[in-house]
Amino acid sequence: MSGFTARADAALADRLLKVAVERTAGTAEAKRAVAVHAFPDFEQARDRAAAIKDHVVANLGHYLTQFESSAIAAGAKVHWAQTADEACRIVVDICKAANAKTVARSKSMLGEEIGLPHALAEAGIGRVETDLAEHIIQLADERPSHIIWPAMHKTREQVSALFHAKHRQPHSEESIAAMAESARRELRSQMLGADVGISGANFLIADTGAICTVTNEGNAELSLVPPRVHIVTAGIEKIVPSMGHAIHMLRMLARSATGAALTQYTTFYAGPKRPGDRDGPEEMHIVLVDNGRTKMREEGLAEMLRCIRCGACMNHCVVFRQIGGHAYGGTYPGPMGAVLTPALDGLRASRDLPNACTLNGKCQEVCPVRIPLPTLLRGWREKSWREGLEPVTMRQGVGLWAWVAQRPRLYRLVTGMAVAGLRILGNRGWIARLPLGGGWTRYRDMPRPAGSTFMTQYRKEQRK
Amino acid sequence: MVQPAPSRPASRRVALFVTCLVDLMRPRIGFAAIRALEAAGCEVVVPDGQTCCGQPALNSGDRDHAVAIAKRTIGILEGYDHVVIPSGSCAGTIRCHYPEILADDAHWLPRAQAVAERTWEIMAFLHEVCGWRPEDAHCKASATYHDSCSALRELGVKAQPRRLLKSVEGLSLTPLAGEESCCGFGGTFCVKYPAISNAIVGEKAAAIEATGAELLLAGDLGCLMNMAGKLHREGSKVRAFHAIELIAGMGDGPAIGEDA
Repeated sequence: MSGFTARADAALADRLLKVAVERTAGTAEAKRAVAVHAFPDFEQARDRAAAIKDHVVANLGHYLTQFESSAIAAGAKVHWAQTADEACRIVVDICKAANAKTVARSKSMLGEEIGLPHALAEAGIGRVETDLAEHIIQLADERPSHIIWPAMHKTREQVSALFHAKHRQPHSEESIAAMAESARRELRSQMLGADVGISGANFLIADTGAICTVTNEGNAELSLVPPRVHIVTAGIEKIVPSMGHAIHMLRMLARSATGAALTQYTTFYAGPKRPGDRDGPEEMHIVLVDNGRTKMREEGLAEMLRCIRCGACMNHCVVFRQIGGHAYGGTYPGPMGAVLTPALDGLRASRDLPNACTLNGKCQEVCPVRIPLPTLLRGWREKSWREGLEPVTMRQGVGLWAWVAQRPRLYRLVTGMAVAGLRILGNRGWIARLPLGGGWTRYRDMPRPAGSTFMTQYRKEQRK
Repeated sequence: MVQPAPSRPASRRVALFVTCLVDLMRPRIGFAAIRALEAAGCEVVVPDGQTCCGQPALNSGDRDHAVAIAKRTIGILEGYDHVVIPSGSCAGTIRCHYPEILADDAHWLPRAQAVAERTWEIMAFLHEVCGWRPEDAHCKASATYHDSCSALRELGVKAQPRRLLKSVEGLSLTPLAGEESCCGFGGTFCVKYPAISNAIVGEKAAAIEATGAELLLAGDLGCLMNMAGKLHREGSKVRAFHAIELIAGMGDGPAIGEDA
């Protein structure tokens, strides 16, 4: 049994997980549908969003250079990281140079991707996760299970118990408001006492050198403005040419993610505190991270670089809805994760992900930037097949079927025998146990075939 | 993808590609297809040598075999006005994926495209190309309809089966909650990841039961076997048919899993 299958089985056995995932994803699905319906022409807006990203990805060098000079002009320092390790090293070095004891971190999947929480711990730097769900994850010592709602796998009842166990002054009344208040009491002083604030970026604006964050809690603003230093880690594909483009992408992002027209907080940060400013960090550092992205562009995954991390694909995925995010085993779960994880962690370790998909196409249908996710997943399957990573039984089974399917006379013989064999196994129309087909009959019955194949019956009729 | 408007309204010579599952498991669907197509004024040919469209190889990543099967299938299906298939996923394979996997082959690509352009899911074909509707089909029953994913998303099959079913006398259609949600079949997916597939089809079966309908209808035998197999295992009384069986007036026969 593969690691994936074992994790998926454990997830399927966890009824609370199912409740938790269904609550959040179900609500998101319903709200997105309403928001998309109310949008003047969402299909056209998707076309435009995809075109913006394609243009940027095709001209990445140009826009990144422009962004770098704009950001420098705004007073920020720009760093380039080829790999995850390099990115972490740059961040840790900046923290050390700032003599930082603690950092306040605003939720960032890129940070998770490069292993920043771990790198900070290794360096002995305290970390406060300021996003409510990330706070929950930090208390529970877990990893995010969704790119928008990292603690999606937990029910509110589980979160309540966790707060009671870990908070200094936990809530006394069982309500969401009281729980949020408990988190606020716990977090606020830690946030304001941090030496460095670390965030990701939803967008990098090439012509102004600004970065954009979106949150619904205002935690990014509170963890990035008061500290002396603000560090941004962002994937290089996050770039857009201008503010106008960013606004278009924001409209797509919020609606696709939660069904809201806009997030509660949408903030653009251009450079550190300027002379005369009343507040803001003294230093702003932007770490631009490649970590395999240019390779993805060269190796047929350019369309994946359109992704704006909205999570709609996973919210609408029948597989994700059953197993949640942790079962995928990578930083990114769901359909987009099944495309990204083989690129980030290697196909050998993650070949299950592109396979554990019914290719139903729903993810592509809801993707705000029209990423052809099923096509990309099929591409990984082909690579896995070529490289001999697929199980021998599958290779032989499909290979044999394909060989026979090219020899019609043999095919008629084999299908005729198969029908006869299946009929022996059946009882009153149904087969309850199928040799070699246990995967099917463990959970469902197999209808017994009719007396002979269509081709046999048809030819017989033709001869009459 | 929305299929283009009819190009040739005159007498139609149609190749029926029955699909491997119908050939093996439920020939009635093939005969229902012939009956409906003939009623719609088509001359139906069942080309010799047809086997499987190659979808299992394509979706498993076995590109070489998928290409080999695509080429021989194209060879068999060339030369007809239309190719009609009682399955959205097989029609989608020929229509959408053959041109994709042969895109780099200057000789085969035009042939793949020519066949692809003429290939139709049967209910879309009957409704859009033939402008036909059943006239003497009867089935006094309540039914619910599941949209198979490939038909829905690759071929834009949504209204066509419902319009045709509306003309089946005595049949009432009840909407299925989550009718556009995958049933968890996914070809080899259901045997590669049986536990996940089971969880998905379990929810689907519950949604079908909740409609209170007597019949489950769909346009793809793979999905139907998955859903009907789960319903039967759970002791449900819901009977499953391919929609074309009712449309062709064959709704009085045995349902999936009922011995004739």
